[in-house]
Amino acid sequence: MITSEPILEIRDLQVSYGNMVILDSVYLTIGREDFYAVIGPNGGGKTTLIRAILGLVPIDNGEILLFSRPADTEGRSQIGYVPQYHTFDFQFPITVREMVLTGRIGRRGGLFSRYSPADYQAADRALSRIGAASLALRPIADLSGGERQRVLIARALAGEPEFLILDEPTVFVDTPTENQFYELLTTLSHEVTILMITHDIGVVSRHVNRVACLNRRLYQHESEHLTADMISKTYGCPVDLITHGEIPHRVLAKHEDES
Amino acid sequence: MIEALGYEFFRSALLTGLLASIVCGIIGSYVVVKHMISISGGISHAAFGGIGLGYLLGIDPLTGAFIFTVGVAGVVWGLMERAKQHIDTLIGAIWAGGMAFGILCISLTPGYTPDLFSYLFGNILLVPPDHLVLIFLLGLVIIVLVTALYPALQAVAFDQEYATISGLPTRGLNLLILVLIAITVVVLIQVVGIILVIALLTLPPAIARPFSRTLRGLMVISTGVSMMLTTTGIFLSWIFDIPSGSSIILFGVLVYLVVTCAHIFCSLKNRNVPFLIHK
Repeated sequence: MITSEPILEIRDLQVSYGNMVILDSVYLTIGREDFYAVIGPNGGGKTTLIRAILGLVPIDNGEILLFSRPADTEGRSQIGYVPQYHTFDFQFPITVREMVLTGRIGRRGGLFSRYSPADYQAADRALSRIGAASLALRPIADLSGGERQRVLIARALAGEPEFLILDEPTVFVDTPTENQFYELLTTLSHEVTILMITHDIGVVSRHVNRVACLNRRLYQHESEHLTADMISKTYGCPVDLITHGEIPHRVLAKHEDES
Repeated sequence: MIEALGYEFFRSALLTGLLASIVCGIIGSYVVVKHMISISGGISHAAFGGIGLGYLLGIDPLTGAFIFTVGVAGVVWGLMERAKQHIDTLIGAIWAGGMAFGILCISLTPGYTPDLFSYLFGNILLVPPDHLVLIFLLGLVIIVLVTALYPALQAVAFDQEYATISGLPTRGLNLLILVLIAITVVVLIQVVGIILVIALLTLPPAIARPFSRTLRGLMVISTGVSMMLTTTGIFLSWIFDIPSGSSIILFGVLVYLVVTCAHIFCSLKNRNVPFLIHK
């Protein structure tokens, strides 16, 4: 497989909380063209991996390169981050447009700068992009679950990122909304690199082009092919892929064991 | 009622209420949306320890309170950044510990025992003019700072993590807010007392919340609500000859209850909940 210019490179990453090792010798490379999914069980370290990339947790060992340079504030400002939906206080008094604008907060001149007309334009473009321009003046408290999720993406897009990271984007979304949502992500994936974390194995094979499984260790795969072996290794028990039967499957190649 | 306005002290009480409302309306809105009410409660009660310390050391109690409270704000800040999970428990310890320390200091102070009650509830009717100037200056500083830093403060209050990733100095901004809370508390202790400071920080934003779509709006409406509460409270205190602190707070609680009930009633009506339809 041809590997495009690397956006993210993680080498021998180890992260622990107290005595508990959450991530152990994780290697991960994501190229510019990738729409990458990391799947794994709850508590497998998925969110910790994202937090490490974003510099929100200290790392014990290893290195993280963003855009071929050690990850720093400048590199991270090129990331659009869509956090888990339920970590939010949607009762906060703020309109949709103002909230999306906060995605530009690091793009202003300095700490005391106001948002410029260009910032407002970028926010409005991001809202149109996700088909939510009509929501601009609504308070976020009035939005439905699906609308809130899309607005979170708009905030990430407002910063005009080169790399989009999503943490469990569809947990609180119903199935029709979820389908729309993945269509949107697929469209976006032609313009930005996407790393998505999910526990939803079924949907992965339809939309993404690369998959890795994470459960303390990361099992990176060379293509979109997801094998039963790979998944059972991650989840620690056999997982029945046939339960996602209505989804058109790709061929599941045998997984070459790496350990 | 109108004849009260003929008195110098009464006019100055009203003016104090209006100025305190600006300070509390702005800081209080931020405190409420960022879920820092218990932190503010802890800091303001710890100020009591500073007052006691001032008496014990023989310095001006408010100077003692100023140094002590800003110090406590710094400690709270350090704890907030480290022990995110257990911050509530730590606040409880600072809250009770600060008051106990104050009482201990005062009991150890030789000579007369000061009137502690006035530090809890203050007396808005007995404000010296130079103190009014101090509140005015504090209000000015807060307006300038919050206006200049508004986008950053809004982003940090809404989603601190995202603000951090975006490269904002979130730790510094949090420290700034805690120090502003500490200064606000100390400047207003002599005027309205520790209890009333917390009431003025929390009740107006709680009342203003259903009518505000943005943080800026919440700050402006809270200030207005606070001005209405203090003015009405001072008049009630005059008419019924009751302590001004109590009349302001109790009137505020009453307005809060009415607004909350009305809000719940309206949203029930708009939502057409099943039990109303099937009746």
